[in-house]
Amino acid sequence: MKKIEAIIKPFKIEEIKNALDAIGVKGMTINEVRGYGRQRGHKEIYRGTEYNVEFIPKVKIDLVVEDAMLERTLETITEVARTGKVGDGKLFVLPIENAVRVRTGESGPSAL
Amino acid sequence: MKMRWKALHESLHGFGAPCLLLFCVILALAGPAMAADPALEKALESMDPSLLRGKTQAQIRAELPLSAAYRDETSPLEEEIEVLVDGEVRAVSIVRYLSDLEIMQYRGDVLWTCIAAFLVFFMQAGFALLEAGFTRAKNAVNICMKNIMDFSIGTMAFLAVGFHLMFAGPEVNLFWLGETTATQWGFPFWLFQCVFAATTATIVSGGMAERTKFHSYIIYSVVICAFIYPTFGGWAWGSLLDGEGWLESVLGVGFYDFAGSTVVHSIGGWLALAGTLVLGPRIGKFDAKGRPRAIPGHSLPFAVLGGFILWLGWFGFNPGSTTTFDGMLARIAVMTNIAAAAGALGAVATIWLVARKPDVGMTVNGFLAGLVAICTSVDVVGPTGAFCIGLGGGILVVLSVLFLERVFKIDDPVGAISVHGVCGAWGTMAYAFFGVESFSLTVLAAQAIGVATGFAWAFGTGMALFLGIKYTIGLRVSAEEEVAGLDILEHGNEAYSGFQIDPHA
Repeated sequence: MKKIEAIIKPFKIEEIKNALDAIGVKGMTINEVRGYGRQRGHKEIYRGTEYNVEFIPKVKIDLVVEDAMLERTLETITEVARTGKVGDGKLFVLPIENAVRVRTGESGPSAL
Repeated sequence: MKMRWKALHESLHGFGAPCLLLFCVILALAGPAMAADPALEKALESMDPSLLRGKTQAQIRAELPLSAAYRDETSPLEEEIEVLVDGEVRAVSIVRYLSDLEIMQYRGDVLWTCIAAFLVFFMQAGFALLEAGFTRAKNAVNICMKNIMDFSIGTMAFLAVGFHLMFAGPEVNLFWLGETTATQWGFPFWLFQCVFAATTATIVSGGMAERTKFHSYIIYSVVICAFIYPTFGGWAWGSLLDGEGWLESVLGVGFYDFAGSTVVHSIGGWLALAGTLVLGPRIGKFDAKGRPRAIPGHSLPFAVLGGFILWLGWFGFNPGSTTTFDGMLARIAVMTNIAAAAGALGAVATIWLVARKPDVGMTVNGFLAGLVAICTSVDVVGPTGAFCIGLGGGILVVLSVLFLERVFKIDDPVGAISVHGVCGAWGTMAYAFFGVESFSLTVLAAQAIGVATGFAWAFGTGMALFLGIKYTIGLRVSAEEEVAGLDILEHGNEAYSGFQIDPHA
């Protein structure tokens, strides 16, 4: 099993959720987060004075998939989340030791 | 705010007392009438008997109010009329009761003045939203509390002391309403004046936002509404009731300020200037090199809604300033609107050129600047004059905000000094160019004297007041409290409980 942490543009979340649904991803958890990458925030103007917004609002998706699903899931997120402009986000992949489904007590990939 | 008594009475007599041969009304005390004067007898004969109610002149005279300023629908009035006696025109002073039409006119005056006062009262809500929106969420409760308190405390201070200082004639007592309670007119007039006084106090809270101690704020609100505003107001507007102000006759032409570009707005703006200078800028407003940094307000929609409420309130502020129910009020409302719209356009064009973005905060300041500027001459200008005054205000307010911040390093979170102080002065001076038929240096000089006196008085007393507070109980909150926000440490409240608030500084 692998965990994907996907940091994406907030307005893309619906589209990504639907696309992942379609390829059989069974669930995800999202967070509203703020951060910056290479673009280093952006500039805003208030009453004639420019200021830098260092931390830009993003959405972080946490989801765990079976190893066999990993590549396809990463491809789908990358494809749907991409606008081609700076700030499209990043995906991180982490190994997962185990998973437990609370209602049934199942563990391992069948718990997903 | 100039009450046009003469005009009012002339219009009334046109239909109110058609039996009079010739008349001209003089409000001031006319000479006492002689009992056996043939001219008086002739004047009385020619008068509708219902206006005398079967009483003698001496009986009616005993019922005259304190002065003609204290009128109502039951009190008699004194007027001078001209009659032809033996081929000679003679002026005699008679006293009589009001005709039915005059009573309706009086009631109209009361109604319109009250409605206008209610609209001006609603400007407090506008100021609260505008100031809260332009400042950070961690100080929103504090701003709202200041707006509640300056109206409540301002009402009491104006009631107890301010109204007397501003409008009392010699040997008349208007403390705690005093002798105005004897006639009805004192009430609408007081209400309208009270909401004006509170407006001046509330202007100051915006300039000094986000760093002033709450109890210090209460003290200066009292002083402004009891003393600083009414003193200058009395100089410029005392005769609207029973007082007399030296500015009203300065240089022979008099200082003209119809609805208070200077009397209300500049006074508030210059007080805010003194306050911000004594307070110093908010933590984080200027970087180590003294360059200004933006401290964005937490709700621009609030600020816009507040601005629109103020715009609405101005339809009471300006058209109500005649305190007369007549055809002028629509004209004044139109000129008010033209100036506001032109102010918005002037500001958006200027900030678009300067910062390459049409900034909403500056645009709100722009229409407010147009509204402030038009107050002085709104009853006399035409559409072009109103447009020019408003446009000038809108351009000036943007330049003034940037100039005060970048050159003088003054931190005025909502632009109160620029909107009310600077554009109030602009509007007052603009009267000399747009408000009179032909330009006269004397008029310009009279306006300049009013503007300069207003600045010297408000800034001088303001500096004394704020320095006095600073070195006694303290004017500014601790740095720790400023960073944490005034809401929690001053009031124990949160404006948006349950939301995580970004201090943004």
